This record gives sequence, structure tokens and C-alpha cells, in this order.
Amino acid sequence: MTDVATPLGDEGFGSVDEHSKGLSQHAKGRMNSVLMAVLPVFAAVACGGILLALLGRDPVSFYSNVVDHGLLGSLGRQESLIRMAPLLLIAAGLMVAFPAGIWNLGTDGQFVVAGVVVAALGPELAPNVNGLVLFTVLFVVGFAVGAAWAVIPAVMKAWFGMNEIITTLMTIFLGVSFSSLLVKEFFDDPSTTVPQTKVLAVEDRLPRMFGSRVHIGLVVGLVAVLIVHYMMTRTAFGLRLRIVGMNPAAAEHAGMNMRSLTLSIFLLSSGFAGLAAAVEIAGVDGMVRAEWQAAFGFAVVPLVFLARFHGPSVVLFVAAFSSFSIGGESASRKADLPNYFVLVMVALMLIFLAISEFLQARSKNVVKDE
Amino acid sequence: MAVPLVFAGVGEAISERAGVLNVGLEGMMLMGAFGAFAAAISVDSIWLGLLVGGLVGTATSLLMVGLCIRLNANQIVIGIAITLGAEGVTALLHSANYSDTYPRLPKAGVLDIPLLSKIPVLGEGLFSHHPSAYLAVLAVVAAWWVFKSTGIGLNIKAAGDQPHALAAAGGNPRSTRTMAVMTTGFLAGVGGAHIALIGAGLFVPAVTHGAGFIAIVLAMLARGRFGWIVTGAILIGISLSLTTAFQLVGVDVPIDAVQMLPFIMILVVLSAFGRDSYLPAALAVPYDPESR
Repeated sequence: MTDVATPLGDEGFGSVDEHSKGLSQHAKGRMNSVLMAVLPVFAAVACGGILLALLGRDPVSFYSNVVDHGLLGSLGRQESLIRMAPLLLIAAGLMVAFPAGIWNLGTDGQFVVAGVVVAALGPELAPNVNGLVLFTVLFVVGFAVGAAWAVIPAVMKAWFGMNEIITTLMTIFLGVSFSSLLVKEFFDDPSTTVPQTKVLAVEDRLPRMFGSRVHIGLVVGLVAVLIVHYMMTRTAFGLRLRIVGMNPAAAEHAGMNMRSLTLSIFLLSSGFAGLAAAVEIAGVDGMVRAEWQAAFGFAVVPLVFLARFHGPSVVLFVAAFSSFSIGGESASRKADLPNYFVLVMVALMLIFLAISEFLQARSKNVVKDE
Repeated sequence: MAVPLVFAGVGEAISERAGVLNVGLEGMMLMGAFGAFAAAISVDSIWLGLLVGGLVGTATSLLMVGLCIRLNANQIVIGIAITLGAEGVTALLHSANYSDTYPRLPKAGVLDIPLLSKIPVLGEGLFSHHPSAYLAVLAVVAAWWVFKSTGIGLNIKAAGDQPHALAAAGGNPRSTRTMAVMTTGFLAGVGGAHIALIGAGLFVPAVTHGAGFIAIVLAMLARGRFGWIVTGAILIGISLSLTTAFQLVGVDVPIDAVQMLPFIMILVVLSAFGRDSYLPAALAVPYDPESR
């Protein structure tokens, strides 16, 4: 037995017994879950404010700077929307894996390796094909490379029962070194002094929307999250994945092919991380430098949990996180703080989420006992 | 590099045997590193710094104790929260206190063990360290002994495999796990302190550089066999120092390829021998006295 606890308790996706309740009960449950999502955020903002005050900064002006730049300012809002695209795609991948009890913690590795391959391929292809073909190829290649980077952990999990937390973490270290190696030895642009790939010309990048700087990667991300949400909640495949997550023994007993399910969860999940990299390269960066370490994955893991794997909530949390981190970057600069405050906020939210979940579970038990 | 990995790896192994998967190891190391650095700077003592690092690590682990063991929160989520939070908090505190001066510690002295340190090739690597390195060896031996021949070790293993059975036998899974996680926090803190005080001689944000995650990998691979942790740590330590060695000699081997070696080796070893891998049955499963 090497399975760790399933991330989904009996809560996610609205508990099963919700259907048997009356309508008013149902609405009450909805209210409760909204409250559950919002309370940790408020508690975290309060605690973060105390920390700011301790550091001798004015919390009110810090937070108003965050909102001004990340949400209200047009430039900052565009940056926030641009930031959302890769985060949404990584989140879509995690929404497949976590409810199925597969801990794919290696998205950062899958992301960088796919990113390097896409960045190397883009400038070579761009002069020869039109935009539609270029982006289709880059997206498919990104997805495939991301998925390929998870094949070893997937096979080791599916065939040998090897714990995927160890193996996926290792593939991050491997991926960062491997992509650096690729950049330096194979894809290096000789015309630059620092090792980096050739740059995808700005006019060859993903098209922008509505005359803003926001590229269509955002739409790709939104669609991905909603499709995954639909798949997990409304299709037989999604149901199977959730059963695997809740009770692997029962799933096997019911005749599900655990090996092929595990494999497809892994490939789908890491493919989305690769796609995220393709979108980020083709939309924003245009190239990759050696020693590139994207740390999007570890920021997205908590968001997906905060949203309890619920698609629309994932979008909301990713949006909030993006504008908070973009706004936070600018507010930190103004307050002369390093750009690490956002990390503290995410950590605080997770901690308060855990506490509020505990309180909710306890109040449920009290009701049962009566 | 190998020494902090041993400290943290042994710590992680203890938690895991008790059924707590501690993904917050990196955060506990970072907190330890910062606490140790602040202490060592103000009183100018490496030993006191190491002690403070351990204590700060323990204090950080209390967060995991409270949320995961008492409130049954998801261990992986809280572990990530601890790591992210520690990265943020230490960076903020560092900028608040040291961003104008960027103080450095004097280089830590090494203790050459007479004769042994003169052995060609191996001597300098194995027998010429700051004395605290031998504490890591001591920690390994102590942990091995506790698990092999004491009741505490048996309790910890029971808390990881069959917490309900432990409770039925009159033990207390929660306090056993609490003790194990606090020990992990202490060792991780000392490991982080070692990185800041002896390895780097200074604190910068994210100074531990993923050592905590490597230690988690080592501990899970070793599955309770403490000797394996040491072997793995030395292996990774060697390959990291190889890169600088190659650069010094001027051999043109891509650094990145060398850095991939230990992980490739681990994967090969795993796929060859790891098929009947064993992890505690109740790893990452919260113990709830009311369930069952």
C-alpha cells in the first residue's frame, strides 16, 4: 500500500447527500461554502496586515496599492489577465489529478521542459507557416512534451506502485537541469551573450484581444478549466477518476483498469502543464534563458485546493491570485519590500482554510449528534 | 551539502515512520536558517546559532502539529503552506533587518581528524568538516538505535502503520506523531542552520535552494533505513561538488548533466529494486479517534 490519503474527503464537488436535502437546505449549503471560501481570505488579509504593521509599513496604503494596480489600473489589470493564462492551464491539469488521488507535484518540471522545446521550435517554424498552424503545432508539442516528462513517474506509479510524490518531485530537479542543458548545448542563440534560445518575434506571438495586450492564451486557459470541470462532474470518465481517488480498492474491485486510468490521469495532468508553458512562451516570453525556474506550480496547488476542485471557483481564485500578485509586486516596490509578501498571503489562506474546514466538520458532527 | 541533507533527511524519515508526510521540510529548514543566522550574527557563535536554528525549526513544526495532527488538515496542503509562508516570511524579515548591510559570517573553521583527513582523495571529503558535521552522524546513529531497540521507536512505527491499533494498546497516536514531527522540525532547523552558517556564511532568500525537497526524496527512498539516507546525501553532495571541481580543472562537462546524475541514478535504482517499495500504511492519513 503506497497510496497516500485522497485529497478529496467527502466534501468536494458538493457532497453526495446534498441531493437528498430540501431546497432551502441546499441554498444554505451553498451559502456555507461561499462563506468557507471567503472567510480564510479575510482572515489572511487581516493577519497579513498585522505583519505589514510589524514591518513598519502602513497596511491600508499597501492594500490599496495592491487593489489600485492589480485590479483597477488598466495596465495592471491587463498584466493580471495575462498572468492568469498559464496558471489556469496548470490548474486544469491539477483538477484532473488531485481528485483522482494522484499527487502530481512535478508541474514545474513539466512546465520548463515543455517551455524550452516550444521556445526552440517557435522561431524555426514561424517564418515558414501561418499563425494558426504555428500555434496549433506549438500547443500540441507543448502538451506532448509536458506529458512525456511525466511518463516515468506515471509508469512507476501504475506498474510498481511507486509513490508519485517522490518521483514527480525528482522530475522537477531533473527538468530544471535538463532544460538548462538543452538551452546551453543545443538551442543556444549564438548572437546573444547569455545562454538563451532564439526569440520568437513579437509579431509571431499569440494574437491579442480587444486592442489590449491580453493574448488569447487566457481564453485557452478558461476553456480548459471549464472543460475539465465538466468532464469531472458530468462524464463517466470523470466519475471513474473520482472513484479512484476516493477508494482505489473499490475502483479496482469494480473492474476498472487502474493502470490505464493512472497513466491517462498523469499524461492529461502533465500535458496541461506543458500546454501552459507553450502559451506562456508563445504569448509573453518568446524565449527561454538557461537556469530558468518557473515556480508557478507550487502557487497553483493551493489555489486548486482553496477552490475545492470546482471549476468556476478555480477561475475566481486564479484571478484573485493573479491580480494580488501583480498588484502586490507594485505595492511591494512602493513599500520597499521584497516581492515575497504574496507567498505569505497564500500560506495564511491555506492555514485558515484548514481551520475553517475543521470548524465546519465539527459543527456538522454536532448537528448529527442532536 | 551532504551534511544538511543528512540532518533533514533523518528528520523527514522520523515523521514519515510516524505517518506524517512532511512537505513543509523546506520551510522548516528556511526558518531554521534565518533564525540561526540572526542568532549567530548577534552573539557571534556558530554553535548557539545551530541550536537556535533547531528551536526555530521546532517552533515552525508546531504549525504542522496543530493543523495536521490536532485538526486533521491535509498534510500536503499544510506542508506546501509552510514552505511558501517560510519563504515569504524569511525574505521579508531579511530585508527588514539586513538589506542595508548584508552581513556575512566569518568562515567556519574545519576540524581535521588527525591522520584520517590525510587519506588521499577521500580524506578531505570525509574527515575534514566543521565539527557539527559529526553531529549529523550522531543523529543518524541515534535515530537508528531508537527505531531498532526502544519502545519509542516501536510506538512511532505503530503510529505510522496502525494508529488505531496503537491506541487500542494504550498508546497515544497523536502525541507520538506530535513528538516525531517536533523532532523533524528540530533536525530540519539544524540542517537549514548548517546551510546558512557553515555552507553559505550568510542568509539570502531561499538560501536552502530546494534541499528540503531533496531530503524528502531521500527519506522516502530510504524507507526508514537510515544508512541509505547518508549514502544518498553523500552521493548528491559529491555530484554537486563535482561541478565546481570540473570547472576548476577546466574539464568541459556540462554542469547541468552532472547535476542530473544523482536523480537519474535514483530513478534507475528505484525501477530495478523499488518494486516492492514499502511506506507506512497510514502515511498522510490523519488519525481521528472517532473514525472506526
